[in-house]
Amino acid sequence: MLEQVLYVLSWIMLTVGGFFVLVGGIGALRLPNFYTRMHAASVTDTIATFLVLGGLLLQAGLTIATVKLIAILVFLLLTGPTASYALANAALLSGVKSNATFRKVNGKGSKSGAGQETSVNQETDASQETSASQENNEEQSK
Amino acid sequence: MSMYVIVSIAILVTMTLALARALKGPSVYDRVLAVNMFGTKTVLLLAVVAFFYGRPDFLDLALAYALINFVGILAVLEFFQSQRNDDEEQAKEQEE
Repeated sequence: MLEQVLYVLSWIMLTVGGFFVLVGGIGALRLPNFYTRMHAASVTDTIATFLVLGGLLLQAGLTIATVKLIAILVFLLLTGPTASYALANAALLSGVKSNATFRKVNGKGSKSGAGQETSVNQETDASQETSASQENNEEQSK
Repeated sequence: MSMYVIVSIAILVTMTLALARALKGPSVYDRVLAVNMFGTKTVLLLAVVAFFYGRPDFLDLALAYALINFVGILAVLEFFQSQRNDDEEQAKEQEE
């Protein structure tokens, strides 16, 4: 009975882990800028690692393989965020910018949404704002 | 038995996507990120394959690969950072 429960549990953990691995891979390929891609890669570094290795742990029982799996899990959970931090720090210092910024033109900030705009929306916003500022300039010149 | 195959295929597809990002990546940091992801997925794949073939020895390889991957990524990052600093210093000297 207990074995069957553990078997089903490990099956679920492995499958969900595979799902998160896939999601992270697709995100790392398709998201629009560097920091969002790093977020997608971090998903596979933390929860997918935890789920896949946890599922294997349930399969292993109590053997020497369990100790090795725990060692791999602890090491990956320690080094993944460290490498992510080092990468983000290096990218930020070298001036890689995310395009998720809000601009204020003529004191009227465009507060739309909670940072969920895509880059395309922001470009259209910026062009509208620049055209609005041009109109203001024309009025002032008149 | 079959769940190992499912997870292996998922990991292999993700490794392919990471390689595509490494080839495509506009900045060097995108490439480093993709290679880091590829290495982490290799560790997971080695662990799954160890159970698939019933050979727990592969877990040692996975552990060693995790160690090498981490140190390698830090070394590559340090290399690009120092290279950039050198470039900036040279630019300043040329301005002077």
